Amino acid sequence: MISAPDVVAFTKEDEYEEEPYNEPALPEEYSVPLFPFASQGASPWSKLSGAKFSRDFILISEFSEQVGPQPLLTIPNDTKVFGTFDLNYFSLRIMSVDYQASFVGHPPGSAYPKLNFVEDSKVVLGDSKEGAFAYVHHLTLYDLEARGFVRPFCMAYISADQHKIMQQFQELSAEFSKASECLKTGNRKAFAGELEKKLKDLDYTRTVLHTETEIQKKANDKGFYSSQAIEKANELASVEKSIIEHQDLLRQIRSYPHRKLRGSDLCPGEMAHTQDPPSQAATTSDPEESADRDHYTCRPTYTPKLIKAKSTKCFDKKLKTLEELCDTEYFTQTLAQLSHIEHIFRGDLCYLLTSQIDRALLKQQHITNFLFEDLVEVDDRGEEKQESAPPKPSHDRPPSRSVEECPVPQVLISVGSYKSSVESVLIKMEQELGEEGSREVEVTESSSFDPQENLDYLDMDMKGSISSGESIEVLGTEKSTSVLSKSDSQASLTVPLSPQVVRSKAVSHRTISGDSIEVLSTCPSEALIPDDFKASYPSAINEEESYADDGGGAIHFQAGLSPPELGEAEEGGSGVTPSQTDSCCIGREGGTLRVPLSTPGHTLSDEDGVVSVPPQRYRQKDQEFHMDFSVENANASSRDSGSEGFPAYELDPSHLLISRDGSKTSLDDRSDATSYGSSVISSSSDRTPSSVPPTGPSSERHKKRAGQNALRFIRQYPFAHPAIYSLLSGRTLVILGEEEAAVRKLVTALSIFVPSYSLHAKPVKHWVSSPLHITDFQKWKLIGLQRVASPASAGTLHALSRYSRYTSILDLDRKTLRCPLYRGTLVPRLADHRTHIKRGSTYSLHVQSVLTQLCAKAFLYAFCRHLHLPARGTEAEGLAASRQASFLQLNLGLVNEDVKVVQYLAELLKLHYTREPSAAGQPVLRFDYVPSFLYKI
Amino acid sequence: MVHGPSHSAACGIFPDRGTNPCPLHQQADSQPLRHQGNQQSPLQTIGEEQTQNPYTELLVLKAHHDIVRFLVQLDDYRFASAGDDGIVVVWNAQTGEKLLELNGHTQKITAIITFPSLEAYEEKNQLILTASADRTVIVWDCDTGRQVQKVSCFQSTVKCLALLQRLDVWLSGGNDLCVWNRKLDLLCKTSHLSDTGISALIEIPKNCVVAAVGKELIIFRLVAPTEGSLGWDILQVKRLLDHQDNILSLVNVNDLSFVTGSHVGELIIWDILDWTVQACERNFWDPSPQLDTQQEIKLCQKPNDVSIHHFTWDEENVFVAVGRGLYVYNLQMKRVIACQKTAHDSNVLHVAKLPNRQLISCSEDGSVRIWELREKQQLAAEPVPTGFFNMWGFGRVNKQASHPVKKQQENATSCSLELIGDLIGHSSSVEMFLYFEDHGLVTCSADHLIILWKNGERESGLRSLKLFQKLEENGDLYLAV
Repeated sequence: MISAPDVVAFTKEDEYEEEPYNEPALPEEYSVPLFPFASQGASPWSKLSGAKFSRDFILISEFSEQVGPQPLLTIPNDTKVFGTFDLNYFSLRIMSVDYQASFVGHPPGSAYPKLNFVEDSKVVLGDSKEGAFAYVHHLTLYDLEARGFVRPFCMAYISADQHKIMQQFQELSAEFSKASECLKTGNRKAFAGELEKKLKDLDYTRTVLHTETEIQKKANDKGFYSSQAIEKANELASVEKSIIEHQDLLRQIRSYPHRKLRGSDLCPGEMAHTQDPPSQAATTSDPEESADRDHYTCRPTYTPKLIKAKSTKCFDKKLKTLEELCDTEYFTQTLAQLSHIEHIFRGDLCYLLTSQIDRALLKQQHITNFLFEDLVEVDDRGEEKQESAPPKPSHDRPPSRSVEECPVPQVLISVGSYKSSVESVLIKMEQELGEEGSREVEVTESSSFDPQENLDYLDMDMKGSISSGESIEVLGTEKSTSVLSKSDSQASLTVPLSPQVVRSKAVSHRTISGDSIEVLSTCPSEALIPDDFKASYPSAINEEESYADDGGGAIHFQAGLSPPELGEAEEGGSGVTPSQTDSCCIGREGGTLRVPLSTPGHTLSDEDGVVSVPPQRYRQKDQEFHMDFSVENANASSRDSGSEGFPAYELDPSHLLISRDGSKTSLDDRSDATSYGSSVISSSSDRTPSSVPPTGPSSERHKKRAGQNALRFIRQYPFAHPAIYSLLSGRTLVILGEEEAAVRKLVTALSIFVPSYSLHAKPVKHWVSSPLHITDFQKWKLIGLQRVASPASAGTLHALSRYSRYTSILDLDRKTLRCPLYRGTLVPRLADHRTHIKRGSTYSLHVQSVLTQLCAKAFLYAFCRHLHLPARGTEAEGLAASRQASFLQLNLGLVNEDVKVVQYLAELLKLHYTREPSAAGQPVLRFDYVPSFLYKI
Repeated sequence: MVHGPSHSAACGIFPDRGTNPCPLHQQADSQPLRHQGNQQSPLQTIGEEQTQNPYTELLVLKAHHDIVRFLVQLDDYRFASAGDDGIVVVWNAQTGEKLLELNGHTQKITAIITFPSLEAYEEKNQLILTASADRTVIVWDCDTGRQVQKVSCFQSTVKCLALLQRLDVWLSGGNDLCVWNRKLDLLCKTSHLSDTGISALIEIPKNCVVAAVGKELIIFRLVAPTEGSLGWDILQVKRLLDHQDNILSLVNVNDLSFVTGSHVGELIIWDILDWTVQACERNFWDPSPQLDTQQEIKLCQKPNDVSIHHFTWDEENVFVAVGRGLYVYNLQMKRVIACQKTAHDSNVLHVAKLPNRQLISCSEDGSVRIWELREKQQLAAEPVPTGFFNMWGFGRVNKQASHPVKKQQENATSCSLELIGDLIGHSSSVEMFLYFEDHGLVTCSADHLIILWKNGERESGLRSLKLFQKLEENGDLYLAV
């Protein structure tokens, strides 16, 4: 592999990506074969199967008594997301698994109609024809006008990745239960209101009828009743009956919460979110209930109507919409919860699992994690997790995989496990770190979590449904996870699948999707070259440029869209073009073979010739097709050659983020402030205004950008090490510059190295223009300071020189740094300017791992009792100090200034641990009397 | 009186900053520091490496919104601060926590003393007395924050307070001198003394007090009620007129003597019993004893360079803040044994002696410096570099300054003051500081801030101790067997 810096000299970094990559000068045999999915999407992960939607979405369908199954709405509500995916068809599929076995209406024994409070059912469905897999959550809502007063609905989380659904079943189930509870609560409220109105109507009708009867009685005193009078009497009787019925219904619906509560003794897990609308932990159930009462009881404003004796025909009446069925407030809350679900399950399964593990591990480090981690997000999700996944007794059921698969390690408290968990965080970075790093990568026995295990599950699940020949499969429900093992047994029919084959399965899915001959484009356009290959190109930093390319592509497809939509446009647009998928769809449904001549862009990439192999028994998509075209050999080889060139750790996790991080293509890549803003917009654009805090992507993206800029800084400035040392050791770094954007950018970049005092925001001030004061150094550890050319800045500079002992000063305009000397080994590992890491997200992960290790050292140092307290009652004063020094040096392997970093972090840990919750005092300013040096480029 | 500065009614124990403009009501941020000295001032500086400086941690305390002038220690861990905003704040010196805020004065506070409770009284709470420019004196309970009592019958601003514990009375000095008992009954008072008022007040034996009024010292004797006389009385015993200019500082050095310092740099040591002059240093630090030269200096706008703002003392020495310099005057030898002519960029406002032969000074230049008094090996010390006497910046004065050089060499200063560290934090004049043996140093400043300087190593140890205590409380501590 040609190392990056060698070639950098010949290419100008900035302009490199802007012009399309058309250098065919390389002889054919040296050129890297293009990634076969290049025209499909930028990454091999973006399309796992031939699904016709670009990313996961949530579908709400109803089995309408009038028109049958029909899709109601999708989240995100954007046609780009589901593309040409046939929602009607899929609604039919998911609603056809009707679980409504329970009787609603007049039960045989009782005189009155009885409401059944049915539990929701949770099913996993697969439709391999559509390439769609879904977690389906069925629920019923009450509607007075509906048949049997019930309307069946379902909410489905639809994904192209079956394993994602299976692995995240628990989480999906918990999240959807919350949404469902919210919806149902609102519905009960609305239903009760409806009943009350109806009762009023009936009451009024009865009064009217009664007076009419009385009048008639008076009118003819002959002693017999006219037919008219009899009819009236009958009517009155039926009204009376109806009133009783409705009263009973009202009583039933009102009694719901209590029944639910009583029942909840049996399953405490359910109770937590019976009444609470989602993500509204603050609102307790009590006021809500009383609010419910209010709604149930009196509605004085309502003027009753006369009810006609003959009800209108069933098909004449218009059924209520979902929104009408549910109290508006609850409906919006449900929608918010659903978009929240969509949000947190965005992205690749690997990514989800990794981040779940990551969060779980972070939670374990509850003593140190405040230092460098962005815990706002972690906490937010952590709470959700606790709420949503109550520990369910696993002995109730046969040991199901989904329980085992739950990748949340147990929280261990002892110091030993703390250490081990810290070490297992070390991702495969040892090549980077050299021998020292690799020595430390060892998963200790006490580690409760084995990453390998998870990978195994991935493979095993693959087999699960592959052999089943039906186009729609019920893969598992919450109640019966044994379905899984059944399909496991069927797996014996298939050839055992190596991971390679599993991967190529995706290829076969796509190739059968309707075209007999698919030729993938060999278009050399830069935008279509997968990022993997870009990584091996000799460019030092290419991430931002590739953003720009993506953005360009998106604009190309969707010119004139507002920034929030661009992200989605990118995903939908850069993949399959609409016309092509249309034809696929038609071809599929019609069962005829149609060659889409209209799509020249979408052609098979293998000029070597399509390798036709006999039909493999992967997943039989469609009975009509008997020929599977597979390019797996060619693909495999190309993939191999593609991935051999660079180590595995260069594979950018941002691939996994692509669909998750939907908003990453903002128009403004340069300024963090603006891009952050836009990402907030985008994350809120596809949901109703809600209380769900925007999490995830923005901070992911933020990290990525910060990592990228930090990487840039490290490469650009030879004095990056002392600067980072300043930050790590708690010496305030002042970045002085004229241009606000540049200063802000660097401050953001370097903020990843700033240890926090507490869970709250980092001690970072992006931009100040007034002279600094001593309190600023106490409060902020990284400050962007404006340099003003006018004499007004004299005060600023004067203050800076006066307080120079508390600060390191990085002059961005003159490219100088004034700060103490650094001779340790820690920062070179953290920030190696010759690093082969090229991506911001990779780098921020690297930083995270090194810093986590550092935190572990600080933890050990701070919490080893013998180091700080005298071993015996009376001990010479210097002894403890010498013990500390030797511990830091020998046990933690710290040299020179690294000691100060660990000492500083240990102080922060101590302060944080001993801080009274009430005292929100400012941290002390610690400093050293050490000489500073001036560094120049 | 040629250049007697006008006494503002603002000051108590340290009554006068002379012509130095106090940065009153000015935002600290926008106030660049005043450097009075010349650019070539031979200010001894210390680099960034200060190995002997133990203060490696600081905590900024913010509560005041005007100049903080006074700090007073209440007990082992508490102190109170007061200043021009009229509020008194009680702090925890260990944690920097603000314990109480005492609001009651409407104008700036001019004097503050602690009022130790006597065994005989039931109230064990710590009391403080504050006098303010609003012509009131308030007694505060520092444990509850309660305003115990308030006296507002003064004709003038009380500028100094003194407590005579033996007699269990306290005195307030303004334009007259009043004597009060603990219950705040006025026992007796003098007639109107002067319009400038009493600037300092100390107790001396034989029921006497010394009051500094302008240029003169007045000795009063308190007459306690006996069988013969019913009431208290205060009698003027003697007026001492040895000072040529306003007396700025007055302290009780030991059982034998008290010391006064004036605006023109006269230091007089008085016998505490017969009120005679034991020793007088007049011109030692003043290179220009002649009146005309002083005038010239005044023209140069440096009239205060020799004013004595503050003393501190130990058994052997009196440490004098003279203008920008620091001098150590040995009481036995009756001469200066060490000096640092330009200890700060600007006037030194407060000095204190630490137990370990260290001296701390703070100045209008916003810095606090730590000095160490070191014995010199030979009596014939190295000659003081001439640069030291360059403080005026022009030759003629320099020539005249050679006189004390000779004198100094004759006397052979046997010690030296070595700068071992400086504390930079305040952005404006540091008015006062307070030293806690266990908790470090507290400084207060015209930038409205109070800074708590701490020994970082010791704090780290304390935090560890706290950490393991908390671990033990939580039951998380596993001791290796």
